[in-house]
Amino acid sequence: MHTFEFLRPQDSAGAVRVAAQAKTAQQGADVRFLAGGTTLLDLMKLNVETPTRLIDINRLPLAKIEATPEGGLRIGATVRNTDLAHHPVVQRDYVVLSQAIFAGASAQLRNMATTAGNLLQRTRCMYFRDTAMPCNKREPDTGCPAIAGSNRTLAVLGTSDTCIATNPSDMNVAMAALEATVHVQGTKGARAVPIGDFHLLPGHTPHRETVLEPGT
Amino acid sequence: MRDDRQVGPPNLSRRAFLSAAGSSAAAAAIVSCAPASPHAAERGTAGPLGNESTITGAIPVTLRINGKEHRLRVDPRTTLLDCLRETVALTGTKKGCDHGQCGACTVHVNGRRVNSCLSLALMHDGHEITTIEGLGTPEVLHPMQAAFLACDAYQCGYCTSGQIMSAVALLEEPCGPEDTAVKELMSGNICRCGAYPNIVAAIQQVRRTA
Repeated sequence: MHTFEFLRPQDSAGAVRVAAQAKTAQQGADVRFLAGGTTLLDLMKLNVETPTRLIDINRLPLAKIEATPEGGLRIGATVRNTDLAHHPVVQRDYVVLSQAIFAGASAQLRNMATTAGNLLQRTRCMYFRDTAMPCNKREPDTGCPAIAGSNRTLAVLGTSDTCIATNPSDMNVAMAALEATVHVQGTKGARAVPIGDFHLLPGHTPHRETVLEPGT
Repeated sequence: MRDDRQVGPPNLSRRAFLSAAGSSAAAAAIVSCAPASPHAAERGTAGPLGNESTITGAIPVTLRINGKEHRLRVDPRTTLLDCLRETVALTGTKKGCDHGQCGACTVHVNGRRVNSCLSLALMHDGHEITTIEGLGTPEVLHPMQAAFLACDAYQCGYCTSGQIMSAVALLEEPCGPEDTAVKELMSGNICRCGAYPNIVAAIQQVRRTA
């Protein structure tokens, strides 16, 4: 694992300010938010992720689930998967979300993994995870050995001729079915992105997975 | 004819023996490729508890492990697992896959089970951490440890501390009474020996008597 600077800002605004200094918010980002760590540390051990700064957001007040005036739920970025899946309102009104979360990972991982981290989970494509292999998602324009390789668990819909990786998140599927909205805080204020617009299809830029930019 | 020679110190643990054997082997290796510097012996070998303060870029962190406060300095890359094993020398927690798939590294953080391999020690400043060493003692076992013994819920034993930490946490989690519910909630702990039926039996035994 490459070394990094470990930062723990006092508030969300401080975290956003540091993140805004990143060169990219996509693959190869030099600044990453650290929440549960279950995807990020896994990929840092493989040198697939090589951030030089980690922003620990676990102490920020982002772990609440609140009812909205419109009758929905507002779920904080660091709400753990376990707490979301066990939440009485989720179990009563959003059963698919609870079931999707329980269908994935293990009890230990669900205790660690967060809502925002789950939203930003990275593909399990074995070529993406192996730095000895080419991968257009990890290193643009190096090729995709998965297309003619071991691809049984990879995508058949929404693919391109440069990438056939799948989004591994069960939670994202439920969130999409429920037409959730992603609220993003940035240096220029907050914005709301419908989940259907949040993740990008691979196209010719599979290293770009979401509409996130540094600081926005 | 009687042989009074003692074969080995009676209380020598496997780990102590391997550790001592390893040290002497390392010393022999150093001597054999020596023109060692005259200060080599003085530099000595840092044990598991040695030399934290000399790590470049080390950051202070305070962990409460099994009820005891540990003020440490760690490289920011140090996982909670490596910190427990290498820095604090609590080797009951095991490293299996090191990628959150096998569960051998399961410990409790603030009462919840987590994979310590996918967590940085620095994330746990001030947190209460419980490892297998904090669960019971050889004289007074935790009921789950006793049940694992009674049910023969292991073979090689490598996954056992993680299995027991998971099983103890499961007692406090919503879990149906049937075996299938236990199996689902224990699915984050892999046992390559395949002791699963006995692991489930041990857990159910504790749940029935709880």
